[in-house]
Amino acid sequence: MSMDKSPDLPPAEPAEAPAVPPAAPLEEHPDKDQSLISRIMSGNGLVSVLAIVLSLLVGAILIAFTDERVTSTASYFFTRPTDLLSAVWTSVSEAYLALFQSSIINSSADSFADAIYPLTETLTIATPLVLAGLGVALAFRVGLFNIGGQGQIILGATLAGWVGFTLDLPVGIHLVVAMLAGIIGGALWGGIAGFLKARRGAHEVIVTIMLNYIAVYLLLYLLSTPAFQRPGSNNPLSEPVGVNAAYPLMFGDGFRLHYGFLVALAAVAFTWWLLNRSTTGFELRAVGANPVAAKTAGINVSRAYLLSMLIAGALAGLAGTAQILGTERSLSGGIAASFGFDAITVALLGRSNPIGTLFAGLLFGALRAGGVGMQANTGIPIDIVLVVQSFIVLFIAAPPLVRSIFRIGTSKPKNKKAAAPAATGGAA
Amino acid sequence: MSHALATRNTEPDSTGRGVVRSWAAPITYSLLGLVALLGFAFGSPHAEARFRITDGSQKISVPDLVLGTTFVGWAGAVILLGIAAYSFVLVRAGRKLARWMLPVFAAVFVIAFLVWVIGSANTPNVYLSGLIAGSFTLAIPLIFGSLSGVLCERAGVINIAIEGQLLAGAFCAAIVGSMTGSLIAGVLAAVVGSVLVSMVLAVFAIKYLVNQVIVGVVLNVLVAGLTSFFFSTVMAADAEKFNAPPSFDVIRIPLLADIPIFGPIFFDQTILGYGMYLAVFLVWFGLFKTRWGLRVRAVGEHPKAADTVGIKVNALRFWNVVLAGVVAGLGGAFFTLVTSSSFNKEMTAGQGFIALAALIFGRWNPIGAFFAALLFGFSLNLSFVLTILGTPVPSQFMQMLPYAVTIFAVAGLVGKSRPPASNGIPYVKE
Repeated sequence: MSMDKSPDLPPAEPAEAPAVPPAAPLEEHPDKDQSLISRIMSGNGLVSVLAIVLSLLVGAILIAFTDERVTSTASYFFTRPTDLLSAVWTSVSEAYLALFQSSIINSSADSFADAIYPLTETLTIATPLVLAGLGVALAFRVGLFNIGGQGQIILGATLAGWVGFTLDLPVGIHLVVAMLAGIIGGALWGGIAGFLKARRGAHEVIVTIMLNYIAVYLLLYLLSTPAFQRPGSNNPLSEPVGVNAAYPLMFGDGFRLHYGFLVALAAVAFTWWLLNRSTTGFELRAVGANPVAAKTAGINVSRAYLLSMLIAGALAGLAGTAQILGTERSLSGGIAASFGFDAITVALLGRSNPIGTLFAGLLFGALRAGGVGMQANTGIPIDIVLVVQSFIVLFIAAPPLVRSIFRIGTSKPKNKKAAAPAATGGAA
Repeated sequence: MSHALATRNTEPDSTGRGVVRSWAAPITYSLLGLVALLGFAFGSPHAEARFRITDGSQKISVPDLVLGTTFVGWAGAVILLGIAAYSFVLVRAGRKLARWMLPVFAAVFVIAFLVWVIGSANTPNVYLSGLIAGSFTLAIPLIFGSLSGVLCERAGVINIAIEGQLLAGAFCAAIVGSMTGSLIAGVLAAVVGSVLVSMVLAVFAIKYLVNQVIVGVVLNVLVAGLTSFFFSTVMAADAEKFNAPPSFDVIRIPLLADIPIFGPIFFDQTILGYGMYLAVFLVWFGLFKTRWGLRVRAVGEHPKAADTVGIKVNALRFWNVVLAGVVAGLGGAFFTLVTSSSFNKEMTAGQGFIALAALIFGRWNPIGAFFAALLFGFSLNLSFVLTILGTPVPSQFMQMLPYAVTIFAVAGLVGKSRPPASNGIPYVKE
């Protein structure tokens, strides 16, 4: 509509128009989580892409800054500046090429299997990320911060693992029972936070953070008891889970990718259906949008908090099963890696939307798989992935920052016709 | 039913007056009292726990303190159950619980537990002064961290990034301390590093109105990633040059340092250790006895009212978050300039979250946070000592304690732990 009136503006401009609420004054809502939800949902794809590009740039600066080839040319920058620039280019392009080749397709591989191996690694790592990310995203939609993915994954993996290496059940049944145990473990840990929030008004952020650490020490304790510890070993490590309890591998022994990935896809579909097509999901979203209004409308807010944390925990518990029954097979102190914390960034990048979470999980899975290869090939520590990941989220969390860097929408206030409705729309 | 329950629980939160009775605290006290009765009294190992006050190296020698586990177990259980019964009486009468009850209850429980656990150990003998002095050493960075939290949250900005502030401080102190060989430069660098983390938090939370919990969580990941990255690249390349910081010497005050138990704690510390006491006092005095403190608290509780009387809410919040960075930086420096001789990947290992726990258990009060951090430092140190002594309690449960206690506190099971009313809510002028 406005495209006709202002043809000189770039085409992205009008599309931005309705989505610039941060500048508009927000009403002080009774529930502070309100602004979070609107903030997460109000962004758009362009900001996400720009945030990823900016973050990779930050990563590139770090890579170049710590590369000796670059620092050695910096000393004579003013005599031959091209040396420095070409060194920077070599350093950064080598790193990101290694990242790409270890996460998507290894173009220098001899066989097809070797060429797509990196992609299967990405999917393997994305599996727990997507599942745990769904848990965080679902809770976000109900207005809850589920920082407890880590603890929920640990509990899920612990119970699933115990069923996996202690019981001896037939093919099929064993896997289902182990998965159920994982779901129960995660749901229990999430449910504690949900229950305390619903009944005691305890802030879920604090409770879930504390539960994470309790889960870590609980697991370490269990791994020192005869029921869990591998016989004849002093290490905090369990027996491997039984063959029947493990997720079958999707492409045979050469690849780590297992059918847990399909479970993750099914969970995406389930969460999407639950949030967007079911009555319960409607109630959950209503509570997330405005708990006071939801209560007035007769929705049981306490029940919504408890239920959402139970489901969120169950999803994270499934992420735990992907680790113990799929990738790792043995329970150890590091079973959850940092998936629980990464899940928060996944959910934020995915804008708390199940489909978005899937893609965000794939991206971060690729970054992580690529980071391993990059570390092996170029010696750049995998920690750079954490830096890139957190920059992505920071940029996404503050759309005005990205907009001001790229000067998108800065001409908006001058366009009075567009600015006026935006301001009132934001305040309403 | 559930509706009635919900209102009953929310009512005391909003009014703060005990019009509606909450039985949570009395029930929790009773359960813990029962634990003491069954565990420490009936479960007494009928042995003696020996606490050595001096180890012969001091000028003053004090005989060992020998306590019978049976007597202490029963005495402790009776006192705890007595407090529980009194809390029932108070709640029944519709009165608030007395302020001394939680600290006294906690202290008696800790003493009864300590005597029981030492008496049950394979070696029922512990050097008490060392145990307590070690707890203080572990608690010092926690105290700096929780003071940082107090400064932020009293002004209405949630600080989940204490962990990141401590880690950034530890890293900067190590790298600058190593390069310059100067302790002062190391401490200053720690402060600068931690303040940078604070400023990101402040800018995102106050200018961009990004949710403070999200910024905090992401900042922790970011600092962990950055410091680990530089640790593996710069520091690993030349550890001599970049990761060998100097250490603070202990300044021992003659005579006073020989006082049993209290000497090592108060008069045998490093500059940072003495600075901690000063910081606790200054933050307490500043918050509760000065005009600045009144403004900070007003901004944290009711920013609109503060704005109406002419306080610049967001500017005050910003500078408070920066100040919090200064304090946390000192705590970070403690890791690499006092306790450890070099920086290591993610060396703060969740201590920032224990500091957060101490801040909550200490009810957003500097003095409360000080004692909570001490309790957590004590439980941490005890878990190390007990591993050596050989004990019935797995060390992992001792390490869990700070986190579990905090859940009890925020759930209002041991008295109400209430954050500043506007904590975490950005202020936008209308």
